[in-house]
Amino acid sequence: MTSRSIGEWAFRAACLLVLVFLMLPTLIIAPMSLSPDNYLHFPPPGLSLRWYRAFLFAPDWIDATLFSLQVAALTMVASVLIGTAGSVALVRGRLPGRQAIEALLLAPLIIPPIIVAIAVYLQFAPLGLTGTITGFVLIHTALAVPYVVLVVSAALQRLPPSLELAGLNLGASRLTCFRRIVLPLIAPAVLAGAVFAFLASFDETVVSFFISGTEHKTVTRKMFEDIEFNLSPVIAAASTLFVVATIALMVVANASRMASKPQKN
Amino acid sequence: MTTTGRATAFRGQLSLPLTLLLIAPLVALLAWTFFLPIGRLLLTSVTEPTPSLDNYRRLLTEPLHLRVMLRTLLIAFGCTVSALLLGYPVAALMARPGRFWPKLTAICVLVPLWTSALVRSYAWIALIGRRGVINTALIDAGLIAQPLNMLYTSAAVLVGMTHILLPFMVLPIFSALLSLPADLPRAAANLGAGRVRTFLTIVLPLSLPGVFAGCLLVFVMALGFYITPALLGGPRTLMIATLISQQATEALDWPFAGAISTVLLLMSVGLTVAFRRVLRLDRVVAHD
Repeated sequence: MTSRSIGEWAFRAACLLVLVFLMLPTLIIAPMSLSPDNYLHFPPPGLSLRWYRAFLFAPDWIDATLFSLQVAALTMVASVLIGTAGSVALVRGRLPGRQAIEALLLAPLIIPPIIVAIAVYLQFAPLGLTGTITGFVLIHTALAVPYVVLVVSAALQRLPPSLELAGLNLGASRLTCFRRIVLPLIAPAVLAGAVFAFLASFDETVVSFFISGTEHKTVTRKMFEDIEFNLSPVIAAASTLFVVATIALMVVANASRMASKPQKN
Repeated sequence: MTTTGRATAFRGQLSLPLTLLLIAPLVALLAWTFFLPIGRLLLTSVTEPTPSLDNYRRLLTEPLHLRVMLRTLLIAFGCTVSALLLGYPVAALMARPGRFWPKLTAICVLVPLWTSALVRSYAWIALIGRRGVINTALIDAGLIAQPLNMLYTSAAVLVGMTHILLPFMVLPIFSALLSLPADLPRAAANLGAGRVRTFLTIVLPLSLPGVFAGCLLVFVMALGFYITPALLGGPRTLMIATLISQQATEALDWPFAGAISTVLLLMSVGLTVAFRRVLRLDRVVAHD
C-alpha cells in the first residue's frame, strides 16, 4: 500500500467518525421511541409503539402540538405576505436607506434568542399578549420574515426587469404584471420561504418558552419542561415524528429553491 | 410624466409611495416586536433602579458573574476550535468531485441542521445521562460499577454545542473549497508538489475566508447559546444566556438582566458588524 492511499484511508476514516458524531443524536432517538419500557435503553429490548400511542392520546401533548401548528401556519402566511411585499420594495423600489434596512433585517438572525425572549416578554406582558396566539404570531413572524426576504429577494434579483417592462409596455397594470409574470416565476422561492418560515416558528424554542402561558403553550415549551422534569420516551416519539416531518419539508423547500435557480452548466 | 419619472418607470422601478407602502408592514413589525423591546430592555439597565451604571459595576465586579463570562468565552472558544478541527476534513470531503462521499457528507451535515437543538440536546441527555445509553452499556459490560457523571458538566455543554454548531462551520468552508478552481491543485501536483504541500500552500490559504467565516459564526452563536447550556449544563455550568434567564425569571432583576444582555449584544453584534464582509450571512442561511 502506498503512503498516499494510507493517507487517503486515514482521512476517510476520520471523516466517517465525524459523520457518525453528527448523525448520532438523530439516529438514537428513533430506536429509543420504539422501546417497550420506561427507561431509555439502547438497543431497545423489543419493539413497541406504546410511546407513539402515549403521545397521540395525551391531551397536553396534542393540545401543544396543535397550538404550535396553528402558530406556525399563521406565521407562515404573515411572513410570506409581509416578506414578499418587502422583497419587491427592496429589489424593485427606489428606497432611501435600502442598505440599512437590509442590515437590520439580519438582526433577528444574529441577536441571541434569550435577549429577544426577555425583551419581548417585557413588552408583551403588560399588554396581555403573552400566552396568546396573536403574541406568538407577532414575534414568530418577526423572527421568520428574514428567511422569506433573503430567499425571495434573491429570486427577484435573478429575474430580468425586461419581462415586467414588456408587460407594462403592452398595457398591463403593475398589479397584473406582478400577478401574471413575476409571481409565477418567483413561486418556487416563495414556497421555499414559506417552508423556512413555518419551520422557524414550529422549532422556535427560547422565545416560546418565555411567552407561553399556562393554557397556551407551544410543543417546544412542553418538550423543554418534560426534558427538565420527567425524561419519558414520549419525548423521543414526539421528536422522531417532528424530525421526519421537518426533513420532508426541507427536502421540498430545497428542491423548490433549486428549481427557481438558473441551471448551472 | 416627468423625465425622471419616465426614466424610473423605464428601469422597471416602483414609485417611492408604492415602495414605502410595500415595505411598511415589514419595517413596522420588526420595529415594534423586535427593536423597540430590545431597546427598552437595554435602556432599563442604565435607568433602573436608579439612573446610573450600577448594574454594570455589579456585573464587572462580582466574581460569580465574571466567572460566568469567562466560562462562556472559554466554551465558545472551545466550540470554535473543535468545530474547526472536526469540520474542515468533512467540508473537504463534501467539496470533492464524485457522487457517493459528497452526498453522504451533505446528508450527515444537513439532517442534524434541520433537527431542532432541543431534540438534539435531549438525545445527548439520553446518551450521557446517569441512566443513559453509555452508562447502561458500560455497567452491563461490567466495566464500571457506578454510573459516570457526564451530564451537567462543562464538557457535556461543549460536546452538545459543538454538535449543534458544527454544520455552521462546515458549510462556509465547503462553499470556499467549492469555489476553488480545480486546476490549481492539479497544477501544483504537476509541478511536483506532494499532497501535503499542495494542501498547505494552495488549498488551505485559499479556503481561509471560509474558515474565518465559519469560526466567527460558530463563536458568535456559541456566545449567546441558551438551550444546550440550560439542558446539559445544569445550574453549576451557567453561561451568559442562562445567567440572563436566571436573573430575569428567578431573581426578577430585569435591569440587571438588561445589563448582561447589553454586554452579550455588544459582543455578538460587534463581532458580526466588524467582520460582516467575511460573514455573508445570507449565504449561510440559504446554504448553497
